[in-house]
Amino acid sequence: MTGLREALDSGRFVVTAELAPPRDADPGAVERKAAALRGWVDAANVTDSQGANVRMSSLAGSVLVRRAGLDPVMQLTCRDRNRIALQSDLLGAAALGVRNVLLLTGDHPTLGDHPDAKPVFDLDGVQLVWTARTLRDDGTLLSGKPLATRPSWLIGTVENPFAPPAALRARRLAKKVAAGAEFVQTQYVFDVDAFAGWLGLLRDEGVNERCAVIAGVGPIRSRRMLSFLTGRVPGVHVPDGLRRRLAGVPEHRVEEEGMRACVETVQALAALDGVRGVHLMVFGHEDEVPDIVRRAGVRHAAAREGGG
Amino acid sequence: MGVERIRPVRPRVPATLAYALHRLLARNGAYRRLAAYVERHPVLYRAFTAGERVTKERLFGCRMCGQCALPTTGYACPMTCPKQLRNGPCGGVSPDGSCEVDRTRTCVWVTAWTRAEGAARGADLDLLQRPVDNRQWTRSSWVNYWQGRDEGLSVAHDAEDPRPVMVDRT
Repeated sequence: MTGLREALDSGRFVVTAELAPPRDADPGAVERKAAALRGWVDAANVTDSQGANVRMSSLAGSVLVRRAGLDPVMQLTCRDRNRIALQSDLLGAAALGVRNVLLLTGDHPTLGDHPDAKPVFDLDGVQLVWTARTLRDDGTLLSGKPLATRPSWLIGTVENPFAPPAALRARRLAKKVAAGAEFVQTQYVFDVDAFAGWLGLLRDEGVNERCAVIAGVGPIRSRRMLSFLTGRVPGVHVPDGLRRRLAGVPEHRVEEEGMRACVETVQALAALDGVRGVHLMVFGHEDEVPDIVRRAGVRHAAAREGGG
Repeated sequence: MGVERIRPVRPRVPATLAYALHRLLARNGAYRRLAAYVERHPVLYRAFTAGERVTKERLFGCRMCGQCALPTTGYACPMTCPKQLRNGPCGGVSPDGSCEVDRTRTCVWVTAWTRAEGAARGADLDLLQRPVDNRQWTRSSWVNYWQGRDEGLSVAHDAEDPRPVMVDRT
């Protein structure tokens, strides 16, 4: 199976998409979403109870995605597991054939559907990346005990270029790269100019050469979604220009206008030096991914046949 | 420890004063001997630790993790971050700099950055911080520091050592 690693190695523009497992025990839901994405993306990120709302585990989801013929990126957060469980899940994922992991701190439980849960946060996102690299490259657990068989996944992380303190954001990614991150998927990019500024800082830090930057993108489908994104999802920045653009069309045309803006953003990002790909966040509308990819013209027929 | 409601705390002393105090308390032979002596006497250790707790709780919102990161964070305590992040802010900080968990408070890492930058110590935030040893909760971080136990708490990444090791096997 070719996937994210091969796509990054080939140097072509990479497309990944988010795939949220269902809120039940139905493997078919994952298979259907994977089938909608297969051939259109290089890999699918399987989220780890995103937004602190309970879903089927990302490990189980990743195995199902892989079985459906798509390369999974298993997301793993520090929210619910201590360092014992994190290392255990990382090793388990490697044993089950998961080839990419995306390691992050995770949202706080108070923001999700079980606000009464105990927040764990035994490690932070940087330390989790560092842990994964220690398992893989040093071949030991955090206890120092050796691993007879080492995992070999590609290690990814996340960053939000738009959250304060702005001056620290590139340096924070540099830290994660020093800890072992090989690719980064970013928070939603709606403001390409601000994103380009952050990329410039990354170049100054020499981060681009060691870490592939994959920009997060997604369509705004309605005014309700716009207010949800800006009000309820931590760390999303929608510039005034886009707000005005969506406010300037009648309600029934917001979806099309949002889609158009999304396609334009993908094209603008693809033209930026230092952007290795895009990560599409479509919240349950996996069927829209082929449309975005086709309209943005970022993936050619040859890649579609060879990839997936 | 239990499960408590953790919220960012804004330090009650200016960073410059805290850096000055640190110079006064910096590790030396006398402090090391004092720390060893205190640790050998349980009653004295409890009294000393209580003194540390009261002082640092009032000034920094200290939660007694026993492995103080304050000198590398502009004297804003990262253990008052609801996620207890030791390596910088999460991606959920609001545009106005407030914490994603409590929008009425400033993110402790925004505070840390402002204070450290103001004292020309911004590079401290580039240090890779190793995980907390959870056995040290409620222990005295001063006694630990004076005896050199937290030397491995953080490590710099630079051209010489671009990928520092996490597990020190020495």
